[in-house]
This record gives sequence, C-alpha cells and structure tokens, in this order.
Amino acid sequence: MSTFLGMPSLPVYGTGNLHASESFPKAAHRELGNAQLRVNLGHATHTIRDKRIQVISELPDWEHLRDTGSAIKEAVMARLPELLEQFEENFTSRGGVIHWARDAGEANAIVAGLIRETGETEVVKIKSMATQEIGLNEYLEGQGISAFETDLAELIVQLDHDKPSHILVPAIHKNRTEIRDIFLREMPSVDPKLTDDPAVLAAAARAHLRRKFLTARVAVSGANFALADSGTLAVVESEGNGRMCLTLPETLITVMGVEKLLPTWQDLEVFMQLLPPSSTGERMNPYTSLWTGVTEGDGPQTVHLVLLDNGRSAALADEMGRSALHCIRCSACMNVCPVYERTGGHAYGSTYPGPIGAILSPLMTGIQAEENNSLPYASSLCGACYDACPVKINIPDILVHLRSLDVDSKRGKKKIPTQMDAGMKAASWALSSGKRLGLLEKGLPLGRLATGPAKKITKLPGIAAGWTQSRDIPAPPPQSFRTWWAKEHRRPKIDAAPAPSPEKEDQR
Amino acid sequence: MSAREEILGRIRAALKDNPEAPQIPRGYRKSSGLDEEALIELLVDRLIDYKAQVCVVEAAQVSARIAELLASAHSYVVPTGLDGGWLAKLDDVRGAGRGRFDSDSAPLTVAELDGIDAVVTGSAVAVAVTGTIILDGSPNQGRRAISLVPDHHICVVKATDIVGILPEALRRIDGTRPLTMISGPSATSDIELERVEGVHGPRRLDVIIAR
Repeated sequence: MSTFLGMPSLPVYGTGNLHASESFPKAAHRELGNAQLRVNLGHATHTIRDKRIQVISELPDWEHLRDTGSAIKEAVMARLPELLEQFEENFTSRGGVIHWARDAGEANAIVAGLIRETGETEVVKIKSMATQEIGLNEYLEGQGISAFETDLAELIVQLDHDKPSHILVPAIHKNRTEIRDIFLREMPSVDPKLTDDPAVLAAAARAHLRRKFLTARVAVSGANFALADSGTLAVVESEGNGRMCLTLPETLITVMGVEKLLPTWQDLEVFMQLLPPSSTGERMNPYTSLWTGVTEGDGPQTVHLVLLDNGRSAALADEMGRSALHCIRCSACMNVCPVYERTGGHAYGSTYPGPIGAILSPLMTGIQAEENNSLPYASSLCGACYDACPVKINIPDILVHLRSLDVDSKRGKKKIPTQMDAGMKAASWALSSGKRLGLLEKGLPLGRLATGPAKKITKLPGIAAGWTQSRDIPAPPPQSFRTWWAKEHRRPKIDAAPAPSPEKEDQR
Repeated sequence: MSAREEILGRIRAALKDNPEAPQIPRGYRKSSGLDEEALIELLVDRLIDYKAQVCVVEAAQVSARIAELLASAHSYVVPTGLDGGWLAKLDDVRGAGRGRFDSDSAPLTVAELDGIDAVVTGSAVAVAVTGTIILDGSPNQGRRAISLVPDHHICVVKATDIVGILPEALRRIDGTRPLTMISGPSATSDIELERVEGVHGPRRLDVIIAR
C-alpha cells in the first residue's frame, strides 16, 4: 500500500482546510509559548477526562459497545457503495434531494447555489466539521451570503475572527474572561456590565441569536449519523441551536461526509450510547434530532443533503489507514492526548486536530501535501487515544504506518544518503549481532572522556543535535550491563545453580 | 461523468482489495431488567441531575399538577391531540384565554409561538438510565416547533412508557418520524467544558411522571 503509481485509479485527495501550512514542530513551538493557552487547555481537558471516566464506569457493557461500534463501522466501509445507494433511495423517496460533491470547491458551490435559489442572503448554521473542512463560511461570504454560527463555541470563534482549535468545543482555548471580552467587543447590543459567569455568557448568546433563529428561512447543518435503511439523518447537540435550525427554517441544507452512514436503525442504539459519554462526558446530550426527508407540517419543507467525498475515498484506499474513517468526531482522543493538551489544536493546521487529525488529515490529502507529513510525528505513541476511542481506531498503528509512508515518499529523491540513513545502516549492522554490539559496548568508557567534568553531554553534532537541544545526555556508564553481568556471575557460587555463561547470553 | 458516478467509482476502486464486512458482535445489554418502581426512581434521579424539575403523580392528578405549573404562565400552547383529561383543570384552554391549540390545519406562526410562555406535551417513550425523553410528533406531542420555542416545557411521561436503556426505547419508536430526544433543559459545555443550563431550547423543563 505504499504507492498507487501505475495503478489504474489514483486516489483523489481532498482540498480545503485540511492542510498544515507550517510544520507541526514549528507551529507547536510557537503555541507552547502561550502560557494562557496551556492553562485553559489543561483545565478543560482534565475536566472532561474525569467526567468521561465517571460516566463510562456506570456502563457495564462499555467494551461490548466499543466492539460493536468498531465492527459496524468496518462493515460500513466494506459495503460503502451499496449503503450509499440504499441511503440515497430512501432519503429521496421521502422528499429529500441529494447532491454529490467531489471536493470542497464543488460542495461550496452547490450550497451557495441552493441558498441563492431561495433568494436569501443570510443563513443560520449548526456547528459542523464538514462545513469547517470545506471552508463554507468564507466561501459564502465571498458570494455575498452571511452565515451565522449558532453553536456557542463556534459563535465565540466567529465573533473573534479566530479558528476552531477542537472539534467539539472550538473555543476550548479561550477562558471565560476572554470570552466575555469578545462578547463586549463584538455583540452590538450586549449589556456593557456583562460578567464572565458562564451562565450570563450563555444568556447573552441566547439573546444575541434569538431573532436570527425566529426569522431565518435557510439553515445549514452537518450530520452525526445517516441511516441507510431509512434515509434518516441525526444531529446530536446540547444547546437547542440545532433544534432551532432543523425545525424553524423553510429550507435545510445538510453537508455530510460519505463515511457517516450506519446500516440500520438498530445501529443507532450503539452509537447513541458511545458518542455522548465520549464527547462531553454526559450520560446523554441534551438534544438529539432525527429527520427523514420531509414531514408535512413539521419542520423544513425543502431538505437537501450534500454528500461529500473530499479525500475520503483516498483515505479508504489505504488499507491500513481506512479505519480512520470510523471516526464519529467525539474528540475523546484529543482530550486525553499529552501532545494536544500542550500544543492546542491550532498547531495541527487542519480542521481536524489532535491524534485523529494527525492521521485523518494526511490520509485525506496525501502524505506529501504541504506540511501534513509532519503530523504523524505529533505523537509520543503512548496509545491513550486508542484506549479512549469509542470505535477503537488504532491511532498509534496508523501513525506509524503514515510515518513509513512519509519516509518512503522521500526515498529515491536524494542521491546522497542522509545522516539518518547512515545512522540507521550503522545501527542495523551493530544491533543485528550480539557479538558486534558487545564489541562496541567495550568503547563505552571512551564516551566518558568526551563528557568532561560535568559528567554529561550537552551538545551532539549533526541531526543528533535535536536530541540535546532541550536535554543533556548523562555520561555513559564505565561498563555495559552485559559486561557487569558477566563479571558478577563469574564468581563460583557454592549451592547455587550455575549462572548462564556470558557466551550464551551474547547469543540471545 | 456525474459527481455521483465519479465518487461511487472512486470508492469502488478504493475497495478493490474486497474487504469483508465482519459479523457484528452484539454483546451489549438489550434491556436493563429493572421493574417499574426502579425505573421511575432512576428516571427521577437522572432528570434532577440535569436540573429538570420532576414530580411523580397518580394519573388522576396530572391535570391538577399541570394547572399548578401553569399558574404563573400568561400563555401556553398544547397540541390538539393532548389527552383531554390532562386539561380538565384548565377550563380556559379552548377559549380566548391563556391557552392556544396548535394543529396541522391551524398551526401557530413562529412569532406567535415566541410570544407564548409555556407548552404542555405528552411523550413517546423515556429512558431511565440516561434520563432521556423521546418525542415522536404523535398527536399528543405535536410538531417539533411547539416544544422548542416556548421557554417552559411541561412534559408528561406515562410510567408504562419508561424503559431502562436506549435499545429498549428505540425498539418502540418509528425512526422515520421527526424525532427529538430530550435529556434535560438546554445546556452548553462550551465555556471551559463546564455544563451550564439554559441556552436556546426551553430553559425550564418540568417532567410529570404519571403512574
């Protein structure tokens, strides 16, 4: 799976907000300089971790649910063309209209066209990763259409002209005082005595958006799930902004990735038990809405769905990586990630940050797209994300797989072997034979000479300098473990079993 | 080639290794095995945790309780299919007084709904373990807008409609109806991931559990 060259169908990669334009180490270095960001993120991620553990501990069948969820998603990927056709038939027969979008640009154009047909120049929006990914708001703005984000965190980000940094709580990097300041600055009719009490801030958002909800004629949403056997769509939310957008306007336009399908109604019982505890650490989210095409007299009477590829088929083509498409966007992986907790979401560049973003973004864009090849290294491979993932995506394995794709993609480009190539060759020679390693270890005492009186190495040459940039290497010990062991066990011991001979050890 | 054909073609090409769809293990719980009293107790506990107000009354007491909860409301709306008995203590509901009916033939406008203080609905099914009430748009619940726009939602749950866990509830529901699952009043965790009740949906949720 390392290359598709020469095969009849090349993967077609995604476009839009999926690229890091700056390498992760560079971006992370800058973000780490923001102490306030680290305090905010540390507080928020630890709060949510504790809640999640608490709620999951109440579910005796949690691991069974994960196994089922994982298997359902694997089956969805294997049967995707068939399920998409089934969904299309059901959604259409109930009065919905389906549009297919190859990439971000096509999806944006379809949505703008549908809005234009209604004659409206304003739409209300439910938070959606898919529309974030395709950069819909910016595109609509260029077309003279204003899109109002109605989710509180999205509203905060939009008012601040900022970028989301988390897939569930896009303003996770802002604390309450910062949010109050944004409201005071950007909300025209807000009370100047606004406090930073979260309840007061929520009330301000309610007042700010109320009129918009009641008068909007077009809404744009994403979808959490789509059921193939009935053509039903689901939106999972908390605030009621979703219900407002899905119920009151006359026209509803939903943008959804093709991988969001579930085969049957019964499968919803699994995912609605997996998602809320993993997302917000609640037993259940306050509101979930489900709609199937058009219902006369209830809700929007014109219902569109834009099915989006934008690199998903490319991710699917990667046999090792395709399970990244199982993601239900819960954000549990970023909440437990030691790297995300410190760098925040902006360092990943793409709409999808954190561990899942580090695999999903390069899979959707190709490993060679801009700086996305740095993302698979944004991990210590500790595996906390895999443990937390409700659909058991083996993120560490896919990270390693993508690292190898990155290395392979650079192979053959350079005529002269790099320091890394030479180092790896040398290591391979030394580590493939116990005798050779033993011989090399005899040189350890020489290393001590290089350390000087401080008994540590503070600066290594060449690419190894990266290691010593932020830490010292202690002086090598005067002898290797194996030399020590051999010496210790040479002494004959009465009444004791004979120690293994050093030669034997060497051959292990 | 149309976008549809092209995307389906790309997906088929991506699956050229013919991955097999696995058997789906379903070892998770299909029911909680709790009896009615335990279910009521659990549902009450969960709803209170969500900051909803809850009371458990005999079926004959529902109308009195509704009248009590609506005492301070200037106006309220009910779906035409609401159990007539529940409105017995609200004799002005059909008149030009505080109460309005919302029906398919004479739906209230959004602006009218915005001017109404409260709504009374029934419910399709409730899930005790998660504290979730499901509305399916049946005549005793009405269309989705009426239980959304007014700021105070009074929702009657029949004890026989309470189940333990979600799989039991979804088996009772027709998934193609317009559905709303409600677990407490509207809330947000968007500020420092701390839950705050009261955003865009009804800020006050009263649940009446009727035996």
